[in-house]
Parts: sequence; structure tokens; C-alpha cells
Amino acid sequence: MSGLEDLYREIILDHYRNPRNDGELPTPPAQRAEGFNPLCGDEVVVYAEVDGDKLRDVKIAGQGCSISRSSASMMSVAVKGLSTTEVREVIRTFKAAMSMHESQLESDEALPGPRADLSGLGDLAALQGVVKFPVRIKCATLSWNTLAQCLDQAEQAAGS
Amino acid sequence: MGRPATLRIRGVRPHLAPYTENVSAASDTLAESAGRQPSVGTSRRPARRLEVAAIKSDFPVLDRQEGDDLVFLDSAASSQKPIAVIEAMDHYYRTSHANVHRGVYRLAEQATNLYEAARSKVGRFVGASDPSREIVFTKNATEALNLAVRSWGRANLRQGDAVLLTEIEHHANLVPWLMLAEEIGVELRYLRVMSDGELDLSQLEQKMTGARVVSFTLCSNVLGTLVPVEPIVSAARAAGATVIADGAQFVPHMRTNVRELGIDMLAFTGHKMLGPTGVGVLWGKAEVLESMPPFLGGGEMISDVRLDGFTPAELPLKFEAGTPPIAEAIGLGAAVDYLDGLGMEAVRAHELQLVEYAMRRLAEDHGDRLKIHGPQDPERRGGVLSMELEGVHAHDLSQVLDSRGVCIRAGHHCAKPLMRCLRVGATARASLYVYNDESDVDALSAALSEASAFFGLR
Ligand SMILES: Cc1ncc(COP(=O)(O)O)c(C=O)c1O
Ligand SMILES: Cc1ncc(COP(=O)(O)O)c(C=O)c1O
Repeated sequence: MSGLEDLYREIILDHYRNPRNDGELPTPPAQRAEGFNPLCGDEVVVYAEVDGDKLRDVKIAGQGCSISRSSASMMSVAVKGLSTTEVREVIRTFKAAMSMHESQLESDEALPGPRADLSGLGDLAALQGVVKFPVRIKCATLSWNTLAQCLDQAEQAAGS
Repeated sequence: MGRPATLRIRGVRPHLAPYTENVSAASDTLAESAGRQPSVGTSRRPARRLEVAAIKSDFPVLDRQEGDDLVFLDSAASSQKPIAVIEAMDHYYRTSHANVHRGVYRLAEQATNLYEAARSKVGRFVGASDPSREIVFTKNATEALNLAVRSWGRANLRQGDAVLLTEIEHHANLVPWLMLAEEIGVELRYLRVMSDGELDLSQLEQKMTGARVVSFTLCSNVLGTLVPVEPIVSAARAAGATVIADGAQFVPHMRTNVRELGIDMLAFTGHKMLGPTGVGVLWGKAEVLESMPPFLGGGEMISDVRLDGFTPAELPLKFEAGTPPIAEAIGLGAAVDYLDGLGMEAVRAHELQLVEYAMRRLAEDHGDRLKIHGPQDPERRGGVLSMELEGVHAHDLSQVLDSRGVCIRAGHHCAKPLMRCLRVGATARASLYVYNDESDVDALSAALSEASAFFGLR
């Protein structure tokens, strides 16, 4: 099926069928945040245990499509054990890769490749094809926005 | 995009072309169903058959020559538009546009006449006894429902009063009530949905006791369930409750007569019934609308304004603040003409037959791997099929189907509480209309097989 292989790479389907870091963490010490994709009704729950400057553990719960579930699974693998500064950097890179020019939104044509490079992020590189399917970008970024929210909560909790 | 051949048709076409009077051509399924209990909106006599090939050629978008043919199965979200509607609006802008109800010059008078003619067509279409007072044009069904809830609700409900809704409501008939509940503290009660997609009416009388108003959809946009109007209206009458109906998924598909239904208000939307976006309708019994205060304030809806107050206009302008959607109302008038030309009995018979075919075909091809939510008896439902394909999320399913030119809707369909009742996050919804036929269902089924294969389930 033309174009679909770009979206549904084998590695994506693998993360979808066998999600990594699936589950919950006790809160506290972990932070918990929920994300909703109003478009398709997907819901993700991200648990993040921040210890000092380190993201010690991440778990993902909820339900969603292959893109949102696999993106969350890959994210959890990519960020677990990093410093919060590094995690924010990964989030920034991923979201930049998923963003697009306004003008591209008006075009019927398949979109050109992403502007930021995911090749340094392991399995996540497989998600680059999502940019060609603009309505699916929200699926891919859902868990990332939710993780960012967890980090904000952790910062607030540490600050207060 | 459309072939030049389709463009030679000018102005409002005669709509009598797309069907024949051929009763004997009715299929076995149709003849069979005609012998059964008549269901909501269908009549005993076998309806004329729609000639779908001719109808398809009235819809330029279905002619898009881009890759696969367009298999449009998302009419429950918004229907496509026939040339007659597109041209009615085009013609209006080219020849007759001016603001309505204001200018004394002839052009303005012409525009006003066209707008008011649309109002009476739409009124007659739903059996209103006095269209010139009972039909209010709004932006869409959502605005019509907000009008009903805010205006009627604020005037008639006090803290602690009960409102009866159902678990299958679209957000448009739920959120306005939740907002009102927050504001004045009314109690919201719900008729439960059962696992077969039918409403549980066993506690109807009990739940209606003390309710001031019942507001419900005539047809579920997710399950296709045709809600039994008669028992709900009887119970409401016995309890002295006002009845508001959401006809967004009903009016486009079934013959509708507000007096026979026995309701007090009916909301529906133009874009789901072959009309343009940007126009919806609230029908209300004249005496009910009379008793309601204005909704939005502004120009058009007043008869006098002073610095210390205003006097609202007469019906229906009282509820039409500001410049209305003039071209859109005229387009909706043309849509109603088109549907009248087909005959709503024939529209329903066609959809019933197609739903029967689809349920049989999908069951044959996909067996237990495909679950179709809602009533299993086609007579009990509209042309909406909410599907779950084993192992394939609805969002992925619609993506794969799109690669085959098959347009369906994935998601919660603006009915999140219902999705929670069904215990699903999202469904893939295919919905049928006058321009769909067996070939569209076949394309859907073939694409579903490809999706199964693609996700490695076979
Ligand atoms: C049952 C029902 N009610 C109300 C609406 C709202 O219609 P609109 O978006 O045109 O206001 C819809 C449309 O999705 C619907 O299906
Ligand atoms: C100053 C002013 N404000 C508001 C309006 C209302 O605009 P509309 O009828 O498009 O809502 C008008 C138009 O009549 C106007 O002249």
C-alpha cells in the first residue's frame, strides 16, 4: 500500500504490539500526567519519577493508536535514566522534527521530510515518516507533551 | 476537478430525474422488510427505488479524478453537496445578494424573498404548521441546541429542577446542559444505554417524574440507534415535561413530521443533509418559542431599542440576531428540494437496504474479527456503522482505508460518555447516504481485509 510503509515501519508496529515500560508507578514519588487527543479519543498517562536531576523511571498507561502508543514506548526507552536537562533536549528535538511550516498545511501534496533530524535517537527515527501525515502528528507528540508536563510538575514539587 | 460534462447543468435541476417509479424492482430484502413491522420513519408501502448511479453524478466531488475513486462513507460527519445546492448559492451571489430584512431597494427585497422562501421550504420539509414563525435559522445544530437550552432553560428552570437526557447524546446536546447545570444547579438524569445499543426505557416513567424537560437525539451518531420517540413523548406528556429533540442524524435520512412526533422543539443542521455548512435550524412550536426570551442580542432581533432597553422582534427574527447565513439558508432550501425530489421514504428504504447488505457482507467477510456496535436489526438503526476491527486501532484503520480512497471517521464521534459506556476509546465509523451503493460497501470490506493483512492478522 503506497505511502503506508513510510508511516508504519516494522519497528513502530513492534513497539505497538510490545510496548516498553508499560504500566504505572506509585505517586508519589512519581509524577502522573494525562494527555488526550481530542481528535481520536486517545488517552495517555505518563508516570515519571524524577530524583534530583535525574529521570529515574518512566511508565506509560492508557490506550491509543499505533502511532501514539509506539511513540510513547520509544520515548520511554529514549529518556529513561537521562538528566532532566537532557530529557528536555530530546523532547525539543522530537517536537521540532514533528513540526512543519504553516504553508505545508495548505498543500495537498505529500510533505517533504522533517526539518530536525531524529537519526541520533535510535528507534525514534522510524517516526520521521509521520510528518507526511499531518493529522497523525498529534498522535506522535501526545506522550511527549504529557512527559513535559510531568517534568514541570516535578520541578514545581521540588521548588515548593 | 469535476468533468466538464457535469457543469452544463444550470440552475436548480429538476430533481425528479434520479429515481424511477419501479416498485416491482424492489429487492427481496426490501419486499421482505415491507412485510415486517413498520419501523420509525418507514411507511408500509414499498418506497420507490433510488437510482444511485444517477444520484452519484449529481455530486461533483465524487468525480474527483485522483488515484482511487472516492468512496465517501462519512456523511454522518458531513454530507457531500449536489450541483443543485452549489448552483443555488452561486446563482444567489451572482444575481441577488444584499442584506435581508433591511433595504427597501429591489435587490434587498429579492434576497429577503429567497431567504424567506428557504425558511418555508425547510419548515414544510419537517411538517411545521407555521414555517414563517416556527423555523429559526442558526449556524448549525449545536447553536440551535444552545438556543433551546439557554433560552428555554433559563426561563423555565430553577435550581433543583430535573432534566432528562440519555447516555447516547452528542456533546451538542450534553455540554449546553452541563453548562446550565453549573450555572443554575439543575439535576441531570440519564436514560441508560444497554449493551445492544438500545436505550433502557424500563425506568422511563420513574426518571421522567418531576422532570421539567427531556432532551434526546432521534438517532445516535455513533450506534445508529433509532430512539423510540413515542414512549418518551408519552411519558413526557404525562409528566408535563417539554420535549426537545436533536434531529441532526435523523432529519437527513427519515421522513420527519414534527407534529406526528409530538415534540416541542427540533434541532438539525444543514451540512449533514446535502446543504452547506454554516446553517442549522431550530424548529419550535410557535407558542413555545413565543414564551422564550431572546438568545443572542443585536440587530435584526429587535423591534425597538432605546438607551435603557429594547423590545424584541416577532418570531422568528427574535432569535436571529445579526446578519444571518443568507446564501447558506438558500442552499439548504435547494438541498431540501433535492431530498423531496428523491422522496424521504425512498431515501430511508435505500439506506435500510444498504445497511442490511453491509451488515451481511461485513459479517461474511470478517466474521468475529469485526464488531459492529449498536442494534443488530437494521430496522432499528440508521445508516451508521461503528466498527472495531480486532487488533487494529480505529485511527490506524481509517489511515489504511484512506490509502484506498475510502473515507470513514475514526474517534469518539463527540460522544465521550457513550464511548466510556461502550468501554472503547475510539471506533471507526462508516456512514451511508443517498449517493452510496453496494459498490461502496464492497470497497469498504475489501479495504478492511487489506488493513487486517497489513497489520499482520491473517
Ligand atoms: C447527533 C448530533 N447532534 C448534533 C450534531 C452537531 O451538528 P453541528 O456540528 O452541525 O452543530 C451532530 C454532528 O456531529 C450530531 O451527530
Ligand atoms: C457597527 C456595526 N456593528 C455590528 C454590526 C453587525 O454585524 P452582523 O450583522 O454581521 O453581525 C453591524 C452591521 O450591521 C455594524 O454596522
